[in-house]
Order: sequence, then structure tokens, then C-alpha cells
Amino acid sequence: MTQTYTNHPAYHADYLALAEQLTPDRPDWLRELRAAAWERFDTLGFPTARRGNERWKYTNVRPIAQAEFGLGAADGNGRPDLPAGLDVKPSFPDFPAPWLNLVFVDGCPLAGPNTGDGAVSTLADALAAGNGIAESVRANLGRHAAFDDDPFVALNTAFLNDGACVRLPDDSPEPVFLNIAYLRQSAATVAYPRTLIVAGRNTRLTVFESYLDANALVDGGNGAGVSDAAPRYFTNAVTEIALAEGAQVSHYRLLDESRNAFHVGTTRVTQARDSSYTSGSFARGMALGRHDLSVLLDGTGAFCSLNGLYLTDDTQHMDNLVSIDHAKPHGISRLYYKGILDGRSKAVFGGTVLVREDAQKTDAQQTDKNLILSDRAEVDSKPSLLIYADDVKCGHGATAGHIDADTLFYMRSRGLDPETASRILIHAFASEIIDSVAQPEVRDYLDALFLDTVSSKTLPNLGESGAASGNKSGTGSGSKNPGSGRRLGGD
Amino acid sequence: MSPILEIQDLHVSVEEQEILSGVNLSVNAGEVHAIMGPNGSGKSTLASTLAGRPEYQVTAGYAHYRGKDLLEMAPEERAREGLFLAFQYPLELPGVRAWQFLKAAADAGRQHRGEEEYSARDFDRMLREKVKLVDIDPELVRRSVNEGFSGGEKKRNEILQMAILEPTLALLDETDSGLDIDALRIVSDGVNRLRRADNAIVLVTHYQRLLNYITPDRVHVLLDGRIVRSGGPELALELEAQGYDWIKEAVEAGESL
Ligand SMILES: Nc1ncnc2c1ncn2[C@@H]1O[C@H](COP(=O)(O)OP(=O)(O)O)[C@@H](O)[C@H]1O
Ligand SMILES: [Mg+2]
Repeated sequence: MTQTYTNHPAYHADYLALAEQLTPDRPDWLRELRAAAWERFDTLGFPTARRGNERWKYTNVRPIAQAEFGLGAADGNGRPDLPAGLDVKPSFPDFPAPWLNLVFVDGCPLAGPNTGDGAVSTLADALAAGNGIAESVRANLGRHAAFDDDPFVALNTAFLNDGACVRLPDDSPEPVFLNIAYLRQSAATVAYPRTLIVAGRNTRLTVFESYLDANALVDGGNGAGVSDAAPRYFTNAVTEIALAEGAQVSHYRLLDESRNAFHVGTTRVTQARDSSYTSGSFARGMALGRHDLSVLLDGTGAFCSLNGLYLTDDTQHMDNLVSIDHAKPHGISRLYYKGILDGRSKAVFGGTVLVREDAQKTDAQQTDKNLILSDRAEVDSKPSLLIYADDVKCGHGATAGHIDADTLFYMRSRGLDPETASRILIHAFASEIIDSVAQPEVRDYLDALFLDTVSSKTLPNLGESGAASGNKSGTGSGSKNPGSGRRLGGD
Repeated sequence: MSPILEIQDLHVSVEEQEILSGVNLSVNAGEVHAIMGPNGSGKSTLASTLAGRPEYQVTAGYAHYRGKDLLEMAPEERAREGLFLAFQYPLELPGVRAWQFLKAAADAGRQHRGEEEYSARDFDRMLREKVKLVDIDPELVRRSVNEGFSGGEKKRNEILQMAILEPTLALLDETDSGLDIDALRIVSDGVNRLRRADNAIVLVTHYQRLLNYITPDRVHVLLDGRIVRSGGPELALELEAQGYDWIKEAVEAGESL
């Protein structure tokens, strides 16, 4: 290879090395896609500029840009070495039939079904398949997640090698349940998980897509606190979902990586007429996390419901960017995100609902609510609406508040100690989102995960109302009422 | 035997402003007391202070509950020791299932007394009985606590909680306000059922209407943060007929009580 000029020499070297390693039977169009993506990434670079950079206004990606993560050994075609103990139960969280379980470690497929008919397989298998399957992959891969103005999508696409592929032919009668677990185990490296979902006409699909810390899944492994000593690693994930007419997709995404993870995830959804997309985006484990979800309602009468729940403490930083593009009439969108913030953590919620001129009779609602448990936690919530049609119903709001002192007193007056009362209130706040998950397996898994976190948390700064004593003179001041939630955002 | 509640010269401030200016009150086991007074006279302040509401600062005086210093105790300790406040404005707890909340409250008291927690089934059985007792829609205990309840439903829910916790000292802060006659009868039935020789009830009320259903042993008039007159049930009728002005005038004229 001749040396060409590049702005990102380490990534470039890995890009070239991977190109050499790739199985020769990968189609030319994929090589070309990757090459174009690499060039785009190299030109764009990481979005570190703070000025005029609306999409990254409140999240600093400099730590990712400066670290230059190398590919893990597993990202070639070799099989990863797993932490001892994990191979016993490779598909975690492992749901019973009719769920299908696909597991990747550091981007490399570990175990998982190939349904044989191309419905569910790895991307590599789908590319090698006949029967129009490879053609369908070609028609969709990279089409929904454009990389022209998105360096992270470009970088992921440049390293596109394998991933999960779902392709439900039109009018397939059986609903499909798929659990995709992307595990990370190698420190100081990067992985590029990639998921392609094509739901044909009138099909029904439920996907649970999780990003997990392999080391925490092994017996005795621990999801330790943020440690500055432990090396960071990087996960750059892209998921593309296309819903044909009348398709119904429920998509739950869990970010529960280790607290050393930089995670940048992008989900791009395109909906045809009368399709229905339900999403639940859950985030708990990360050092710095981002989930950029955009949904294009590209057919009349399409419906999407996007829920989210993020729980952060310590120095965690979680950024959700959610965009909904109403391009056709009679679309309905519902967005409801909730955050619970403790420690010095920070959450960013950004999102735009765009209602185009053609999208008459659009009905769009956006809500972001935050429960702040510590004086040092911070939330930037900036949802916005851009409306170009005149006959629409749209609303949005964002709130942030502490645990209400009067509410806490009410519960204490019934005999509950402040810790128990707070835990109940925090869980109640979260359960509204968790309860929106229709599948009991997923709901129970998430409920346990978030409830556990809540119960093991250092408890909130309860203000003076949390003092053990009653109202004996001098001990029970606290006239300020931390319950008055400050209103945020809404432009 | 010492009284269940003994308050001496209680002064309470909120945000540096004195609301109660020397309240004296003594309630014995087996008694029902009514505290009446115009709006803003400090009735809720008194009730909430006894329950331990943190923003109410006691600057002087004492309140003893069964011989113990009540003001030293955290609100949850008071509750576990058998003190109950039915709130004038019960709070909504969105997402907190009433069933779980009630069980947690009941278990907190049981644990405190060294008893075992309720099994789900025993609690369910007990709850069903109490629900019948206060004639509340059984559907309500499956919902979030007070969320979207009408004013009357919230008041009845307070009575349900009282029936479950079986307090030694129940403070009812205007539980009768805003109730129609049927609801009023249910609330007063609940209170009358709770009446025993070994407990006590303090009714804070604005109207004497409730006292048609619950006959108090003593009636006190709270005015500008002080109990200015006490008497038997006939005092309530007097207030009903003549309002509070005559008492105000009498107090201003320095008439001794
Ligand atoms: N939390 C509070 N903050 C400020 N002022 C209060 C507070 N609670 C009560 N007050 C004031 O104390 C006085 C007595 O109020 P309250 O005890 O509610 O009277 P009542 O119950 O008899 O109507 C009123 O002037 C009221 O404005
Ligand atoms: Mg009052």
C-alpha cells in the first residue's frame, strides 16, 4: 500500500489492515461503501468543535478523539478469547423461545442462530446468501444511516465487517423476537457493532439490542465504579431499521457497558405508510454515552412512540439526541424520556421534531423529565419543534426537579424512612418508562437492572428534610422547598 | 396515667415568622378533642408540627407523646410509635402503587413493634376488610396513591390509611372539608370505629357539621396561634350559631378565659 495523507493515522492503519483481512468473497459494493465512508470520516474528523455545532453542543468528544483506540484482535475474522466462565452461558441475557439470541464480543459474532431463510443471521452470512438476500442487504445497508455529515456513522461504516441482520419478507405471518447482545471485553480498543433490520410489509418484530460489559457478566465480575486508572474503551454502534408498509417493530436498546466505556450509538429508522415503531432507549452503564436516534416518518399514517430512561451518577455523562422527521401527513409521534441524575453526572437531552410542509394532520408530543438527586448533577434539556405545516397538533415540555419535600414528608408520616421513601419515589419515576415495555422478558430484565441500581445507590441529598431529627428547635430548619421543579427548555 | 398528648407553651415558626404562640393542650386516652378556628389561625401548623413536618420550627415549649419528647423524634418514628396525621391536602404519589405503599407503611409499624412483616396474602385480606370498612372503591388501591383521585377520594384514602395503621393518636386535619354528606358519614364512621379506651383523636375542623356525627369530649378554639377558649361540645354549637367574632372581641377586650 502506498502511504496517503490522512488526518487519523492510527485509524487509517487499522482501516487498511482490516481491508486486507476481510474475506475475499465480500462484494465489491461493500468495499466501495467502506472506502467512501473512510474518506468521509477522514475529512470530517471527530466533532470536537464547540462553536456552531448544535448536535454536539453539550457533549465534549475530545476524550474520544484524543485517545486513538485501536481495533481489538477480535474485530478481524478470528474468534475472541472470552473471559473464563462466560463461554458457559454465551447468550446473555438469554431469553427463552420464541426469542432468538445473537451474541457478539468486541464486534465479532460468538453464537447465534442463522434461521437459514435469511430472516435472522449475521451480516456476513446474509451477504453470502442467495435468494435476493444479499441484494436486499445492499439496498438497505448504509441507506438509512447516511454518513455524509456524521463522522461516527462514517467511521462505523468504514469498519463495517459483520453484525446482525434481520430481514423479514413481506407478509411473513410469524412475529419474530430477537435478542442481540453486543458484549465488550477488551480494554483500550474500539468495536463497531452494526445492525441492519428490514421489516417487510405487515411483519411484526421485537428486538432487544443490548450493549454490555462482558466482564460484568461473568460470575464474580463486577461492574465497578468509574475508575480513572482503568483504560477507557470505545464502542461506535450503528443500527439501521427500515419498516415497510404496515410493519410493526418494537425496539428496545440497552446501554449497560462498563463505566470505562465511551459509547456513541446511532439508530436510524425509516417508516413507510401505516407502520408502527416503538422504541425504548435505556442507558445506565457508560463513562460517556450518546444515543442519537432519528426516525423518518416517510409514509402517511405512520406512528412512532419513543421512550427513554437514563440513570447516571458519579461523573457519568449521557447524551440523548432524538429527532423525528414528519415528512408525510397523518403521522403520530410520541416522545417520552426520563432521567435520574446523581453525583456529578450530567445528562443532555436534545431533540427536534420537524413537521414538513406536506405533513398535515401531524400529532407530535415530546416530553423530557428529570429527577435530580444531587446538587452537583446537571441536565441540559433542549427539545425543539420546527413546524412548516399549518394543520398540526404539537406539544413539548421539559422539566427537572428534585424529590419533592412535601411528598417525602407525607411518606415519612406513614412510617417510611427517608431512604425507603426516596427509593420508592425513584423507582416509581422510572417505572413509568419500564412499564411501557410490552415484552415481559425485557421488562423484567430492565426492571431488575434499574431497581437494583436504585437500591444500591448512595442516597440522594435529601435536603434538610432528610435529617433524622424532627422539628425540635434548631434542628429542623429547611424552609427552602426543593420540590419546586425548575422549568427548562421549551423554545 | 400520663396523657397521650401533652403540649405546653408551644411556639412554632415558619420562615422566621411565628405562627403558634404558646399552645397548651392535654389529651387523655379515650378522648376525642376538636380544634376549631378560622382560616389561618394555625390549626394545620399545629397538626403538622406534631407529625414532624420539617419546615415547622419549634422555638419554645414542648410536646410529649405518651410521656416521650415528641419533638426529638423523626417523622417516621412518630408514625411507628402510633401517631397518625390525616393530611388536609393529601399528596399524590404518581407511579407508587397504593397497595405497595400501604403495605410498606403497615410493615414499618410492625417491624418497629418487633412483629413480623405481613405476608402478601395476610395483608391482602386485611386490606380488603378495611377497604370495605371505609367504603372505598377497591380499584383505587390498585392505582397510584391519590393520583387523579377526587378530593373526596383522597380524604377517604386517608381514613383507609388510618384504619390500616390503627394509630394511638390520630390527628385529622379538616378531613371533613369538601365532603358530601355520604362521605362525611363514612369518614365519621371510620373515626368512631377507631375510638377506644386506649387511644385518642384530635379533629381539626372548620365546621361543627362533623361534630354532629362525632361527639367530642372537648372543643378548643384556636385563634392567632393560641388556644383562646376550651369547653364541651356546646362550645361548637355556640361557634356555629355566632361565628368566631364574639370570641375575637372577647379576647381583644382582654376577657380572661
Ligand atoms: N409552610 C408555610 N410557609 C409559610 N407560611 C405558612 C406555612 N404554613 C402556614 N403558614 C402560615 O401560617 C398561618 C397559619 O396557617 P395554617 O396553620 O395553615 O392555618 P389553618 O390550618 O388554621 O388554616 C397562615 O398565615 C399561613 O399563611
Ligand atoms: Mg389548615
